[in-house]
Amino acid sequence: MAPIQPAQYDPQWDDGGGEGRSRGRKVARFAVPVAVAGVAAATIGLVPALADAGDPSLPSLTAEQLLTKIAASHVQTVSGSVKVTTDLGLPSALSSGAASSLFGGGAGASAKAPGTGAGSPAAPQTQLTQLLAGTHTLHVAADGPDRQKVSVIEPAAEYSIVHNGTQVWAYDSASNQAYHQTLPQRQSGATAHSDPQDLPATPQDAAKQVIKAADGTASFTVDGTARVAGHSAYELLIRPEHAPDTTVGAIRIAVDAKTGVPLKLTVDPRGGGKAVFDIGYTKVSFAKPAASTFDFTPGKGVKVTEGTDQAPKNTPDRAGTQPDVLGSGWDAIAVVKSADGLPTGKQRNDSGRADSLLNSFGKQVSGSFGTGTLFHTRLVNALLTDNGTLYVGAVSESALTGAADAAHTAGK
Amino acid sequence: MSRAETTATGPDDREQDRTEAAADTAAPAVRAPKAVWSLGLFRSELITVFRRWRTLALLAVLAGVPLLVGIAVRIETGNGGSLGGGRDNGNGPAFIEQVSNNGLFLTFASLAATLPFFLPMAIGVVAGDSVAGEASAGTLRYLLVAPAGRTRLLLVKYGSVLTFCLAATLVVTASALATGFALFPVGEVTLLSGTDISLSEGLLRALLIAVLVAASLVGIAALGLFVSTLTDSGISAMAATVGLLITVQIVDNIPQLHAFQPYLFPHYWLSFADILRDPVGWDGIAKNLGLQALYAAVFGSAAWARFTSRDVTA
Repeated sequence: MAPIQPAQYDPQWDDGGGEGRSRGRKVARFAVPVAVAGVAAATIGLVPALADAGDPSLPSLTAEQLLTKIAASHVQTVSGSVKVTTDLGLPSALSSGAASSLFGGGAGASAKAPGTGAGSPAAPQTQLTQLLAGTHTLHVAADGPDRQKVSVIEPAAEYSIVHNGTQVWAYDSASNQAYHQTLPQRQSGATAHSDPQDLPATPQDAAKQVIKAADGTASFTVDGTARVAGHSAYELLIRPEHAPDTTVGAIRIAVDAKTGVPLKLTVDPRGGGKAVFDIGYTKVSFAKPAASTFDFTPGKGVKVTEGTDQAPKNTPDRAGTQPDVLGSGWDAIAVVKSADGLPTGKQRNDSGRADSLLNSFGKQVSGSFGTGTLFHTRLVNALLTDNGTLYVGAVSESALTGAADAAHTAGK
Repeated sequence: MSRAETTATGPDDREQDRTEAAADTAAPAVRAPKAVWSLGLFRSELITVFRRWRTLALLAVLAGVPLLVGIAVRIETGNGGSLGGGRDNGNGPAFIEQVSNNGLFLTFASLAATLPFFLPMAIGVVAGDSVAGEASAGTLRYLLVAPAGRTRLLLVKYGSVLTFCLAATLVVTASALATGFALFPVGEVTLLSGTDISLSEGLLRALLIAVLVAASLVGIAALGLFVSTLTDSGISAMAATVGLLITVQIVDNIPQLHAFQPYLFPHYWLSFADILRDPVGWDGIAKNLGLQALYAAVFGSAAWARFTSRDVTA
């Protein structure tokens, strides 16, 4: 072993002269963690900024050319992550429960007609309404019109809907329950998305619905370019025209320059501020997803709820709850007379609870129609009159009361 | 000021020169190479850590958690009833619903249950004690007498804390596997996305998750080490580390503070669940590991700055 040597005398450790040097060295050493933190902060701040910097330069297109490009796009296979943000300005406590009863009946989302099997936590009706508030990440995969999968990514859980031919499975990992439904043959071939929900889960779906609805009632312009999920894209700007009452300010759709696939859709309210609805890919690939993606067999011990055939049974059902529509285009107001579409049993209890919750943030209004409660969000407004009629639309509050007045006068 | 400290606090290069010189002149044949010598220090440090009753008690508590969860789930579902009296939306701990159908999920459920507090608390105790404990026991200066240098001693201390992170996670995993396999049926694993994978692949993913959970604790280990170099009292270092952990966990759960949350070390801890998706979501995992590396770099270098320049009086 090395002999233990007495330490050398080091004047630095004496009081006095060495003190300053020691302190300087201390400061120098503490500069290291500070520098590391600084570099990290700069990286965190700069990298996303650099990644977003610079809109791609693309050959300019007219709006018509861009719309043709979207229509001509035949991309059938896609997989990727989608981020959906909905900011209606609702208190977050009201998010799912109230949102479902608020929009379920009236906003024209036909899927949420009182359906079968809605009691199961795995039923799509129960689950997908949560997308109406907050930010969610979805994982989507599609291979043609017959095979799709949408997964809602939750912390340490996931909710998936798998559509494969006539089979629709939904699996909720948090409650370990599944929901199964067999679609009638004809329906599965007829529409591109015959999932039991009409809520758009991909930017493509959302863009298709919007473009179809806005045709002829809005101005379409190409508004520069952007990068979305690593793809160069054109920005299509849609502004409502001849619609003084609508609360929709503008809709932007980012369209992939190469494939013509809509990659992102944003709805801005007329009142300004943050986007009300924002759906866009954060990662996307147009490669064909593995076939096994669309296979689902419930594992051992998974409780399966069978949903009965919705389509034939629901048709008369829906006719009852199908809202009358006043006006057209952007100013359209849906009217639901709850007298004929009154939900029964358990559902009534649910909506009763939601009603009392809603009353706490609605505001009382009156007019020639009588009195009612007005619910205001950043995009959709709803008026529930005391005689049970619900007026809903993406229109201003005064337009709603005006419509109620007009309906009252006409009814006399 | 002790002589020992004077010896040990010189600039590192001089110290190393001296060590090498000593090795060269005195007994080159007997003296093992430096790297091996570091390992020796590391080994002795490990033995010190793992022989402590306190460490063993911590590990025993951690091993007890999966046992407790497993038995509770078994009793609740034993008569065929569903968990939580048919509760609807699965608001319980993560993965708990799947446990009764597949014992492997007890591993994930236990790790998800211990990761927020039990595991980091144990790490906080060991890390907080690492330097301050030696100081309060009066043994720190003797450690510094050895010509190892403070930097190397600190690295060895951090290494032993990280080893404890891995050991603690593996104890939870092993106990959960044993309990799960003993109490529940085991078979094909249904991933969160509804896809089935074989049991062997499930076991591999469980192992990967255990390693990820251990890696999630790197940040708090560095934080604890830094706190430990600040004080001479082992107890206060442990209390400060655990207190910090609790504070950060609370801040991480206040929605109004969401702007800060992505920079808090526990924020992405549950990202290990992404391993159980199909396709596996690596984004959150990468963020978690990056954040842990950042905490390790910042607080590790802060611990180094403090430890190499402080006066050791005890």
